[in-house]
Amino acid sequence: MLNDVEERGRPPEPIETRRFNVFRFKRGDERPHTDAFDVPVGSRTTVFEALRWIQVRRDRTLALRHSCLHASCGTCGLRVNGREVLACVTAVRDLGREITVEPVANIPVLTDLVVDMREFYARFPEEHPLLRHSEFLEDAASSEGAEEHVRFEDCIECGLCLSACPVVVTSERYVGPAALAFAQRVVEEPRGAETVNLLTWADDPDGAWRCHAIFECTAACPSNVEPAGRIMALRGTLLGRRLRSERTERDRA
Amino acid sequence: MRDPADGAPGGDERQVRGPVQRKGFGLAPTGWVDPRGRTLGAWAFAANRITGLGLVFYLYLHLGVLTTLLWGAHAWGRFLGVATNIVFLGLDVVLLFGLLYHGLNGVRVMLVGTGFVTDRQRALWWAGAAIGTVVLVGGASHFLGGR
Repeated sequence: MLNDVEERGRPPEPIETRRFNVFRFKRGDERPHTDAFDVPVGSRTTVFEALRWIQVRRDRTLALRHSCLHASCGTCGLRVNGREVLACVTAVRDLGREITVEPVANIPVLTDLVVDMREFYARFPEEHPLLRHSEFLEDAASSEGAEEHVRFEDCIECGLCLSACPVVVTSERYVGPAALAFAQRVVEEPRGAETVNLLTWADDPDGAWRCHAIFECTAACPSNVEPAGRIMALRGTLLGRRLRSERTERDRA
Repeated sequence: MRDPADGAPGGDERQVRGPVQRKGFGLAPTGWVDPRGRTLGAWAFAANRITGLGLVFYLYLHLGVLTTLLWGAHAWGRFLGVATNIVFLGLDVVLLFGLLYHGLNGVRVMLVGTGFVTDRQRALWWAGAAIGTVVLVGGASHFLGGR
């Protein structure tokens, strides 16, 4: 059986076979190649479940990342038929008879479908906080033992926006949508964080100004962060800062 | 981008950088134009680049054509004879399309990219397409109308 629901005794679903062409690469390989697997799928089977089936039934050496299985962690980000998706929430039935599965683009492959996320995180400014103070009401009671409430940002850091961005291909130095969206988030709502250095970091030819307003990052984002809109807003802030700075210099002269 | 190996756990074991998957047709320069599953913004960007490359090509072609003036009025008159045939006038319509697309999309990118109308990029593209189509049809009938 292909998913947990079926195993819990629900009526079995119609099974059909889909061919998965899966990207393969192991350390020491001269170049990547593609392996084809025929996988039985039901109407609710996800890409992740199909890949797990391949891993368990056909090839135990297939490497893939996963964690939460409900689109919260971002670890199972892949390209399926060329499109960036989270494998855990992508239904196979919406795809064609032949399904191509590749790792995300623009990030080095470690093995098979697993990429080296260090290059993704290296694009962020150095002060990148993984956790922020939450909006928890000040007069509300804190949980026992917790001095303050923190929460993750909306961005699940899956790297899909970086993969979808056509501009990253044209410049390796471009920091990319996720890092810029993060910067705008902090600028918009600093909560005591230093924003001057962050704006200076973003005000760079390989920062906010490299974006070509293509909006593929927003289309790919599974977490509704809307990176492109945030980059545009960041540019508006940077433009205002530049104009104010020029006016101040003119007034001084 | 910072050096990803800086202070990262496991950095010693990962000195060899794995292959980086790129979009496109297998060649690095085509990575910016991958038609699979793309949205309007990616098509608009690809068309903007292609028309931009076309306009650069035309600029040099135009400068090259102008050098016929160095060979006198007779050479220029002979060129004008070629330039007013139907094929050349058809290419003028293609040139007008390139100019209109690149210019109007440029205005759209400028308006969106400076934070003025960040949530209207699709509507702006369609507005530009409508304006461009009207001007292109008008221009084409002007170029070809006398034939």
